[in-house]
Amino acid sequence: MHKIFKYVVLDIVQNKIVLIYTLLLLVISLSIFNLEDNSAKGLVSLLNIILIIIPLICIIFSTIYIYNSSEFIELLVSQPVKRKTIWLSIFAGLSSSLSFAFFVGAGIPILIYHADATGIMMITTGLFLTVVFVSIAMLAASKTRDKAKGIGLSILLWLYFSLIFDALVLFFLFQFQDYPLERIMVFMSFLNPIDLSRIQILLQMDISALMGYTGAVFREFFGTNMGVLISFIGLSCWIVVPLMISLKTFNKKDL
Amino acid sequence: MSKLFIFTFLLLSSVFAQGNTLTVGRSKAFNTIQRAVDAANAGDTVLVDYGIYKERNIIIQKSIVLKGIGFPVLDGENRFEIVSISANHATVEGFKMQHSGRSEIRDIGAIMIYNSYKVSAFNNILDDTNFGIYVQNSRNCTIKNNYITSYGKSEVQSGNGINCWKSDSLIIIGNRIKGHRDGIYFEFVTNSLVWRNISTKNIRYGIHFMFSHHDTYIANVFEENESGVAVMYTNHIRMYNNFFINNWGDAAYGILLKDISDSDISGNHFTKNTVALHMEGCSRINLYKNIFSNNGWAVKIQASCDNNDFTKNNFTGNTFDIATNGSLVLNTFNGNYWDKYEGYDLGHDHVGDVPYHPVSMYSMIIESNPAALMLFRSLIVTLLDKSEKILPGITPENLQDKIPLMRRLSL
Repeated sequence: MHKIFKYVVLDIVQNKIVLIYTLLLLVISLSIFNLEDNSAKGLVSLLNIILIIIPLICIIFSTIYIYNSSEFIELLVSQPVKRKTIWLSIFAGLSSSLSFAFFVGAGIPILIYHADATGIMMITTGLFLTVVFVSIAMLAASKTRDKAKGIGLSILLWLYFSLIFDALVLFFLFQFQDYPLERIMVFMSFLNPIDLSRIQILLQMDISALMGYTGAVFREFFGTNMGVLISFIGLSCWIVVPLMISLKTFNKKDL
Repeated sequence: MSKLFIFTFLLLSSVFAQGNTLTVGRSKAFNTIQRAVDAANAGDTVLVDYGIYKERNIIIQKSIVLKGIGFPVLDGENRFEIVSISANHATVEGFKMQHSGRSEIRDIGAIMIYNSYKVSAFNNILDDTNFGIYVQNSRNCTIKNNYITSYGKSEVQSGNGINCWKSDSLIIIGNRIKGHRDGIYFEFVTNSLVWRNISTKNIRYGIHFMFSHHDTYIANVFEENESGVAVMYTNHIRMYNNFFINNWGDAAYGILLKDISDSDISGNHFTKNTVALHMEGCSRINLYKNIFSNNGWAVKIQASCDNNDFTKNNFTGNTFDIATNGSLVLNTFNGNYWDKYEGYDLGHDHVGDVPYHPVSMYSMIIESNPAALMLFRSLIVTLLDKSEKILPGITPENLQDKIPLMRRLSL
């Protein structure tokens, strides 16, 4: 396990894409903090980047990486190594290197310019989102042999989580406008890791609009320590469940 | 000439004579305040030495000055009104009053002014009182520099800091009020001035008034009140340079205006409120040179408002600039600075060339469907807002600033 993990990480580090991704994040976050006159506003701009760019890069890079290393995987499978070990090592390698990239690219500027509860929540959710989308990418890649199909599927998944799901929620809200939906909305937010992360960060930001009527319900749930814990358990489920499904598929897969 | 001058001087000094001074204290002429008050004649001064006085209810019905030295304590023992005044030209000054009574049936407080003319309350410290200062059916009274603190827990069981009812020409200056039901409460109070008061952490409103026409409010601070400020059914009010800060909650407003008309609101600061300004059934109000910053909603204006004019205001850092509940717009919003404005200024006259629509589509969605707050700052909402800005469909098209300013006004 350890050896495969090391090879994967070395391979990714040699790959220039992750380096470029790190630099891109670093440039974006530094310029945002330097351009905005107050760092709280900078944090809001950064929020959008974290919620859109990170899932996108993580899911697409991971999918492509897995397809590109299919020969390497085939080679490993012919060795006396468990398939589970191979798959989990790839996952660990991908998620740790991408998390490291995120931490260097966005985490350090946040810590420099805005090291408070909001900033730390942002870094934590950013790291979680990274791992969640690596896990989802592994699910997408395990489901199909065709590279084009797999990448298409992962783009579709990204689109679903960042746009289509919210559109569906909006549609649902208008269809059932006459019913009290606040508590259902809390449940719905668990169905999308991006929404869950966004709400966690916004509540830390003390956005006063969230203190409106629904805000009170949200705050009652998410604002408490118990709520924060539950939402991070929710995010962890988003890591574990896709990974387990993909592992099951990979175990039975005819390579 | 000099004789005439001396004569005039003597005449004037006899008119403004202070009268006698009666002293109250352990080794003084009187040992209770009430006895000294009873012995005093109009124009006399009753001086009270430091000490703790438990005299139940002190009643003043003469034109006298009751003055404490070093804040003597008047204790209401949680049962009584402390000082009751019904007189003309009376003054209460320099006392510490504590533990007034409470009653479900009567309004009981520390300084009660009934049916009086030109009564003043200066520099008193009120601690743990039900009602602080209570003015009823009086004219030309002055309430100045009092510290009024209470520890109310529920709206029903606590009184107001300064409660005025059916009065005229009151002057309320420099008081600090904390922890009451309403900091300042006016009902049927006209032609009055409220100036430089600080009303914080009250369990309902910082100031609450109804049917109180022709009043002026200047440089007051209303901060962290459970429900902010609410004013109703009044015309001709003037509000200048007040601060409405940190009023947060599901029903908290920086200021809620209901059925207010013909008024002037200018130079006020609205900072960090859930809803900074909520207007319902308001007419002919001029709002200019106000600063709305970092609020959830800067202005919520219901379609029942007409002929209100917003001009030269700064809107910065608000989540939503303006929200409304209908498509009918009878108000004007020209010549303000909006930090969300994305237009251009080709003529370099510091006025944007394209109108600004301050109502975002998402704010309309939230207005009709509050649960949609879950999607706050999500990609879909940003996209919807952008497309709505280009092709307005849901948001009221007429609600626009035709001459938005490019630069923040220095207010």
